Amino acid sequence: MSKMHVKMTVNGRAVEALAEPRTLLIHFLREELALTGPHIGCDTSHCGACTVDLDGKSVKSCTVFVAQANGAEVTTIEGLAAADGSLHPLQEAFREHHGLQCGFCTPGMITRAYRLLQENPNPSEAEIRFGISGNLCRCTGYQNIVKAIQAAAQQMAVATTAPGEAAE
Amino acid sequence: MTVQTPVSLEERKDKLQGLGCSRKRVEDARFTQGKGHYVDDIKLPGMLFGDFVRSPIGHGRIKSINKEAALAVPGVKAVLTADDLRPLGLHWMPTLAGDVQAVLADEKVLFQNQEVAFVVAEDRYAAADAVELVEVDYEELPPLVDPHRSMDPDAPILREDIKDKTEGAHGPRRHPNHIFTWEVGDKAATEQALAAAAVVVEEQITYQRVHPCPLETCGCVASMDKINGKLTIWGTFQAPHAVRTVASLITNIPEHNIRIISPDIGGGFGNKVGVYPGYICSAVASIVLGVPVKWIEDRMENLSTTAFARDYHMTGRIAATPEGRITGLWCHVLADHGAFDACADPTKFPAGFFNICTGSYDVPVAYVSVDGVYTNKAPGGVAYRCSFRVTEASYFIERMIDVLARKLDRDPAEIRMINFIRKEQFPYQSALGWEYDSGDYHTALAKALKSVDYDGLRARQKASREAFKRGETRKLMGVGVAFFTEIVGAGPVKNCDILGLGMFDSCEIRIHPTGSAIARLGTISQGQGHATTFAQILASEIGIPAADITLEEGDTDTAPYGLGTYGSRSTPVAGAATAMAGRKIRAKAQMIAAYLLEVHEGDLEWEVDRFQVKGNPERFKTMKELAFAAYNQAIPGLEPGLEAVSYYDPPNMTYPFGAYLCVVQIDVDTGVTEIERFYALDDCGTRINPMIIEGQVHGGLTEALAIAMGQEISYDADGNVHGGSLMDFFLPTAVETPAWETDWTETPSPHHPIGAKGVGESPNVGGVSAFSNAVNDAFAHLGLTHTQMPHDHWRVWQTAQRLGVTG
Ligand code: FES
Ligand code: FES
Repeated sequence: MSKMHVKMTVNGRAVEALAEPRTLLIHFLREELALTGPHIGCDTSHCGACTVDLDGKSVKSCTVFVAQANGAEVTTIEGLAAADGSLHPLQEAFREHHGLQCGFCTPGMITRAYRLLQENPNPSEAEIRFGISGNLCRCTGYQNIVKAIQAAAQQMAVATTAPGEAAE
Repeated sequence: MTVQTPVSLEERKDKLQGLGCSRKRVEDARFTQGKGHYVDDIKLPGMLFGDFVRSPIGHGRIKSINKEAALAVPGVKAVLTADDLRPLGLHWMPTLAGDVQAVLADEKVLFQNQEVAFVVAEDRYAAADAVELVEVDYEELPPLVDPHRSMDPDAPILREDIKDKTEGAHGPRRHPNHIFTWEVGDKAATEQALAAAAVVVEEQITYQRVHPCPLETCGCVASMDKINGKLTIWGTFQAPHAVRTVASLITNIPEHNIRIISPDIGGGFGNKVGVYPGYICSAVASIVLGVPVKWIEDRMENLSTTAFARDYHMTGRIAATPEGRITGLWCHVLADHGAFDACADPTKFPAGFFNICTGSYDVPVAYVSVDGVYTNKAPGGVAYRCSFRVTEASYFIERMIDVLARKLDRDPAEIRMINFIRKEQFPYQSALGWEYDSGDYHTALAKALKSVDYDGLRARQKASREAFKRGETRKLMGVGVAFFTEIVGAGPVKNCDILGLGMFDSCEIRIHPTGSAIARLGTISQGQGHATTFAQILASEIGIPAADITLEEGDTDTAPYGLGTYGSRSTPVAGAATAMAGRKIRAKAQMIAAYLLEVHEGDLEWEVDRFQVKGNPERFKTMKELAFAAYNQAIPGLEPGLEAVSYYDPPNMTYPFGAYLCVVQIDVDTGVTEIERFYALDDCGTRINPMIIEGQVHGGLTEALAIAMGQEISYDADGNVHGGSLMDFFLPTAVETPAWETDWTETPSPHHPIGAKGVGESPNVGGVSAFSNAVNDAFAHLGLTHTQMPHDHWRVWQTAQRLGVTG
């Protein structure tokens, strides 16, 4: 099958490659760009393990053709830490509140939570549960994931309002 | 002598982060940054990708296979069929249950989606294209779907390869579709108890076919290095050493030339214990083509071919006195094993530990028989987040106890209290052959009832039923009580083995000169957090901070031999090995301390992180100092170095238990069942890491919710599998999942070195019964004694309709 020239910005870095247009974005990220953080957990767009941020929206990258992502801005779990290597508050909170076990859903879950908190910086428990309902976890029973997201939201609110700190 | 700033005993203890500490997980740094290393992340130079051609029908004969069009697809390197594997003797493989399974369908297909051909190509897209182009011509045969019909005289014969074998791996076979009959207990005495009883209840209880469905599916990368003759397989293996031994036996490659590596595993829950055709085909393809070959199943393949669980059709009878005291228990199980018997059970237990089905009760006589049969369904029969068939047993007895309570019009909690094994009866010999090591059931249930205000709940339920009658609500409230005793930690080598391999486990420790350490175990974590918790066990044993201990598992070239992680056996068996290896380290350290302090060994005592002279605690040597001395001092009579290995053969199983309460609200017009409250009290003996225990309980309860309220893999009359994708196999999201309340009591195991019993599976074992009992309880006043799982909206609505309460 003939290949097309794709260009996109992934985690702030410009990338270019030749790919079959039918290539799924998740395969492009994992196999072409070696970004193996996002995972594949199903074939029906249910599990959310493949969740990445595409032009400011959460998408299931198993359900996006690379051709559709041409020219887009993509953020994966690998792009969430700050340039100095310090972790995103969500990454810290998931560890602090035991929001993961096998870790397979974690990259997708955190990437989804990252966008959720942009959409709604102060979500209620019910809003969090609904907001992550496109991401399945088989290990944790969600309770500690919800706790972690709540804690991160608080942490981020403090960080943005703290005097002398640059707002994000 | 070393001069140190005085540090309090408590500070020294805290620094270790040993037993009982909610230590944060060391695994999380990589997972939260997307740096986990799962099998599909492996990319080797020249690696090819394998994919299966699968049977579209449930039962048929293969008339021909034409590979030509598939081989013409650019990038396709090979298409393997049974005929290609035959010369190597690898077209069939042994199962863990003493049966054989076709690696690629050999003349016949026996279940829908069975592996028929293996396509190997440069990438997964080319492989998928080629799979579509392999032409297979089938002659359809009548499918056998209903296990109750398997042994009919006119039932279609499924396994032609063994149709004349009258002796199976577990005794005589009386029909070509019969696998085994397993009997345990005293049949005559049980029948007599039933005949003599004032009260007898009988019920048919089915535990439907489900699937463990970890978020990561199964897969592997096989790489044959032709130069040194070594085959390396990375894969989703819950038992890497067992895989190595089996691989060596079936391929004749010497065991030292096989290296099995389990990288990070994205959940297992029993799915990743078995050996699947994909592993064998990848290995063969790598051997033949000389390059690494990867195979990763998709979700549909996972749900419909690798490792179903349950599918037990149980008939129970309880004999009791009018007061509700049980005098006998009788049970028959029809076990649907699918097309091949691939259960992951210890050899002597073809129905696993189902004979724990007397539960937490003092049952004087009991009898169980299990008939295993073949059907045109996928093989499996794995322990989905439980010890072998313990979930089935626990569900059976917990439903039966409720049925008895209903018959006698007594409260289900009260019937449990009346029949519990009493604290002073431990160690307790069960009528079906187990020795329960310890327990305090009355205390646990009493605590649970008090915590949820059980009497208050029942009063509310009464009021709500009256309001329902008056037409003020369309909801029915149900209260489910469940109490379970698990049997985990398989197991004593004298009666537990898998394919002849004793079920001990192991730990090897090396203390480095500067006082940090590495420990390697025969188990493998799939999310349980072994690297965190086993370091805690060790920290308490040897006085080195958990943070200074590296834990390694899963590489058969470096880890000591062990039987792997499933059946909640890691803590009971490998955890014990870890403690025992730690004690060996300490014993040697004590000799070194005696030499350095110039006292007799017997004059020393251990305190947290050091040996000190009895009565003179200022004279001491810390473990860190002793480690250094082990490498730099010539100590008469002692070898240098500080290392230890322990292979632990447990004297008994462990018996975690718990009391669960569930409150549901059922909308009778829609069947929608809301979980209003769920309380779980667990007793797993000594608690190593409360944070991790709680996490395990949350996760197990969520899996129980899924099973009880919606999961099912079913087959239609033509043998088509239903429930084979996440479109119709229920995995709860954060919305359906309630908030969990957890609690505990602590009854240490008397025979385990640190008293721990294992916990990961308890919430699944106890949870399913609690949900199901709650749904049944909601309709109890309308005369319902038992309705089958899963309690999805449709079934619950049907029940409501049958009972005449729908609108
Ligand atoms: S892989 Fe499951 S939703 Fe994308
Ligand atoms: S942590 Fe295992 S699937 Fe979420």
